Amino acid sequence: MSGWDKSAITIATFLPVAGAVVIAVMPKEKDRLIRWLGVLFTGAAMVVAIAIAIGFDYGGHSGLQFELDTSWISAIGARYHVGIDGISLPLYVLTFVLTFLCAIYTTRYVPEPGRTKAFLGLMLLLETGMAGTFIAFDLVLFFVFWELVLVPMYFLIGIWGSANREYASIKFFLYTVFGSVFMLLGFLGMYFRSDISNAPGLQHSFDIVQLQAFGGAGGFSHGFQLVVFAAVALGFAVKVPMWPFHTWLPDAHTEAPTIGSVLLAGIMLKMGTYGFIRIALPVLPYGAQKFAPWIGLLAAIAIVYAALACLAQKDLKRLIAFSSVGHMGFVMLGIATLTTIGIQAAIFGMVAHGVITGMLFFCVGSIYDRYHTREIADIGGGMMQNVPKLAGIFAFVSIASLGLPGLAGFWGEVMALLSSFNPASGQNVGLFRGFMVAGGIGTILTAGYFLWMLQRVNLGVLPERWKEHRFSDMLAVEWWAWMPLLVGILVLGLYPKIVFGTSSEAVTALLHAVGVGG
Amino acid sequence: MVAEAAAAVGPGLTRYAWVVAVLPFVSAPLILFFGRRTPGRGWIYGVASVGAGFVLSLGILWHFVQGGGPTASSVSWFQVGPFTVELGQYVDGLTAVMFIVVTGVSLCVHVYSIGYMHGDARFTWFYVVLSLFTGAMLDVVVSDNLFQLLVGWEVMGVCSYLLIGHWWEEKVNSDAAIKAFITTRTGDVPFLFGIFALVFATGFTTSNIQQIGEMSAAGEMSSALMIGAALLLFGGTIGKSAQFPLYVWLPDAMAGPTPVSALIHAATMVAAGVYMVARLFEVFIHADPLVLTVVSVIGAITLLLAAFLALVQDDIKRVLAYSTISQLAYMVAALGLGEAGYAPAMFHLFTHAFFKALLFLGAGSVIHAVHSNYMSDMGGLRTSMRTTYVTYVIGSLALAGIFPLSGFFSKDELLVAAYHDKTYWLLIVLLLGAVITAFYTMRMLVLTFGGEYRGHEHPHESPRSMTGPLVALAAATVFVGWLGFGPTNAPFFDWVFIGHPEDVSFVAWIAIVSTIAAVGGLALGYVTYVKQPAREPLTRLGPVYTLLENKYYLDDFYLNGIVYPIRDRLSAGVNWFNRSILDGIVHLFALTTRGLAAVVNLFDRGVIDGVVNGAGEGAEEAGGFLRYVQSGNVQGYAAILLGLGIIGVIVVAIIYVK
Repeated sequence: MSGWDKSAITIATFLPVAGAVVIAVMPKEKDRLIRWLGVLFTGAAMVVAIAIAIGFDYGGHSGLQFELDTSWISAIGARYHVGIDGISLPLYVLTFVLTFLCAIYTTRYVPEPGRTKAFLGLMLLLETGMAGTFIAFDLVLFFVFWELVLVPMYFLIGIWGSANREYASIKFFLYTVFGSVFMLLGFLGMYFRSDISNAPGLQHSFDIVQLQAFGGAGGFSHGFQLVVFAAVALGFAVKVPMWPFHTWLPDAHTEAPTIGSVLLAGIMLKMGTYGFIRIALPVLPYGAQKFAPWIGLLAAIAIVYAALACLAQKDLKRLIAFSSVGHMGFVMLGIATLTTIGIQAAIFGMVAHGVITGMLFFCVGSIYDRYHTREIADIGGGMMQNVPKLAGIFAFVSIASLGLPGLAGFWGEVMALLSSFNPASGQNVGLFRGFMVAGGIGTILTAGYFLWMLQRVNLGVLPERWKEHRFSDMLAVEWWAWMPLLVGILVLGLYPKIVFGTSSEAVTALLHAVGVGG
Repeated sequence: MVAEAAAAVGPGLTRYAWVVAVLPFVSAPLILFFGRRTPGRGWIYGVASVGAGFVLSLGILWHFVQGGGPTASSVSWFQVGPFTVELGQYVDGLTAVMFIVVTGVSLCVHVYSIGYMHGDARFTWFYVVLSLFTGAMLDVVVSDNLFQLLVGWEVMGVCSYLLIGHWWEEKVNSDAAIKAFITTRTGDVPFLFGIFALVFATGFTTSNIQQIGEMSAAGEMSSALMIGAALLLFGGTIGKSAQFPLYVWLPDAMAGPTPVSALIHAATMVAAGVYMVARLFEVFIHADPLVLTVVSVIGAITLLLAAFLALVQDDIKRVLAYSTISQLAYMVAALGLGEAGYAPAMFHLFTHAFFKALLFLGAGSVIHAVHSNYMSDMGGLRTSMRTTYVTYVIGSLALAGIFPLSGFFSKDELLVAAYHDKTYWLLIVLLLGAVITAFYTMRMLVLTFGGEYRGHEHPHESPRSMTGPLVALAAATVFVGWLGFGPTNAPFFDWVFIGHPEDVSFVAWIAIVSTIAAVGGLALGYVTYVKQPAREPLTRLGPVYTLLENKYYLDDFYLNGIVYPIRDRLSAGVNWFNRSILDGIVHLFALTTRGLAAVVNLFDRGVIDGVVNGAGEGAEEAGGFLRYVQSGNVQGYAAILLGLGIIGVIVVAIIYVK
């Protein structure tokens, strides 16, 4: 093991913090410099992340790579245990790519009330928190990263948000804290009930790998698993968000500044689904099996419910926010099947949703920047006549989001539905096929609301009131920030192996270890 | 014997079949990125790629003309869990024939559109989508597995959406586009589940169509699963090939430019549903006979319902659209006959593609000249548009099933198939359909080209780029029928067969009866419309006419019974539930916590720290959640965390003590 192998993910994860420190000491008059420092640090972190992805061993290696396990808070047995596997890698890389693109976008757009320094500093801290969540293999470390995300996002919404930002930011904060408290309790429960006496000096462990081994071997009693699964699942469910814990999301998204929405939808929601895959399922397999039908049910409800809610939205951003609830429903449905196909579908769905919905929020941000309204009725159609390139990109991404095969949105959802045709043994097949049918109906409704939205925003004749405004079409900064995502949408759709191939070994191993594989 | 011949012939050009499908996917981005800078605004790439595809398709067909056998090859695309999805091609006679149809008609449409779309603001974009569509359809045709097929299937759908809504400034066009997409997707969802059922039946080992076919034939799949799969798959056909009860999108799809109607909504995409059943025919024929009965019955119902609707249209394109639905239903009904109907259905698909594309392009030429879709604005065009007129008559007579045009031969084979299968009820329906078809065809001919001109423009013949494809398609309409004529050894039936090629029998009395039906329908139509009656004679049917005029109220039912209630009322209900109930609970929870906070605060001030100035806190309590959450209320957070902390300690205690 070279030094690079041990330190690479730590470097990538904490580079943004270093960036935040550098930016903090800059005089605030140097606004341009600060913005380019943001690009520099997120870019450097992304380069390291990509180097990790290149150095990653994709063949036949299901364990952790780039692993570092060293003492941290020895008093409570918490260790600095980080590593990366095929489940983490796609999300980890996506975190750096999306944040880098947000930094590029920020070189032009800093939302009211300005304060670029604080804005970028928080964004960089957020990046570290999100990235850290995907590589932490110690529950305490995981929790610290998890909560680290909360604070910058709270301020991003609360300070740089739109009219109703205070309500939205506090709702976001309290709701998530509410969830994390239960999650933390679950973690503590796992710790105190774990027994790893073979390790020197300690009886209990926060280590996720050890807990997986212990839990997978049936170390936790059934009653304990049910209670603790409920607790951690509640914490994750709020974050995903699963129906009916989703009501913070539309408010948070609607009020958040553009890059807040991009990162919220693109990465943060995946922390919840990732938590299910990484912690809840393997450590508490019995709990997972018992709760799977309920998770599937909530997922199926979310898909249909969100699509219906989307039809009723008048605010473009709120519509996209609700669509996230539906898409995450597909991810959760895949997870609930407890099959390799389902979980691989979920991972694909996470990445695809990050790329597509992140991109949709970019579009809505840029539309707002021109129209100064997000009301569909105020925009009033004809955007294709006004800003044809922007409108065309918006249409392309919307069509990707409604699940067109050949684009990124398709494979995650279709494989999630396929997996619910045949859930893990022990699950009620008829029930899951019912969820599948609900999901299928959801895809029709999803097509309906997206096409209706496009009709009302893009198509038709430009209203008189906008004719006197000369909006600029795509700006250079928008091309730079968006092109990787647009290409990504196409590449993921045409060559889904990028994600399926990466996650395959790790997912198979994960399910095999807990004895619910299939 | 066939196998020996195949060995002797070798794979030939079939190895490169995938190139035909890939070419349009190359030209589409070329047009998108370089089209505007190219002379002619980009059509050249499209014509070149499809033209090359057509030539290559002829080479591939040559392999089967020589008696060659099917070839297959594939590479791994990706793997998910235990399940591998491949990218591959399967080339047999059916593939080759479909290649000719798709590239041939597409080439005609590509050339024709140079003139028809001349001066269109989005000319270049039009060619991008045309290329993309052609590639997607070819992918469906060549695909050896269900997921690859599905990709092409859905991409066709989105291209159809884009082209129907090509003139999106008008809401009626974008409405039609959305209707087409959503209606077909309603069929695509069961189709997807049908694919799942088949993949499941293979034990997640493959989605390869040939392997699935072999497993079905060998009885390796459970019968219930196959019945379910076949019926679900057929849902895709009902949507894509516009069968009852989902045919309602196709007439509206006529809002798109006419070349699009010819290519997508007549010759190719709508035939994909029929093609898919043929491709998966082993599944259909080895499932319960009930499945085939359902297929036949849906076909028969659609055939008549659509033919009747074609009678009362004034829009020439809508006559053709209903006619398309009805003709597709002929194919579907024939497939329901099982093996006997397979090759005849494919033959009808083949001939119909040419003569219906011809009719649409002819109608486009007329519309181009008179600037109206309505036959009430036409009339007398036989003199001013000679080429269009002559070719249109050829297409019409083929549609009516008149010897020796292609429609006669293929319709005859369908009738013979029903007769040999002893499905006499279907034979009667097919014949009845033939009478109605001939009647509305003559009505359309007479109203468009007969009598005196009623419009306001000065109609003139269309440019060469438009008449050229008309002549080419008319020539095809005259000649391709002979490929399936029994006394000429019917080579078509040697290329396209299931099991083993059969001798195509020619039943003289059926040919005579079908000719009587066609001529009778034509004569009746001629007599009824020759005097160009000012008032539609069919209005004398009274309530029946009203029913037809309102399209059996099916569209009204869908809109008022399904679409609007969901879009406007159910969605509003969900939104209300979200705001009032779910968020209400959240707010109630917050309010309760705030009460708790007040108590804690009181305790805090009175007992622990009287120094803290709590002035004004009382006033804030009236302000609801929003006011509560305003910055500074640190005690609030503390209370929440404290409260949750207490709950937590209790929970942990329970867990730990247990």
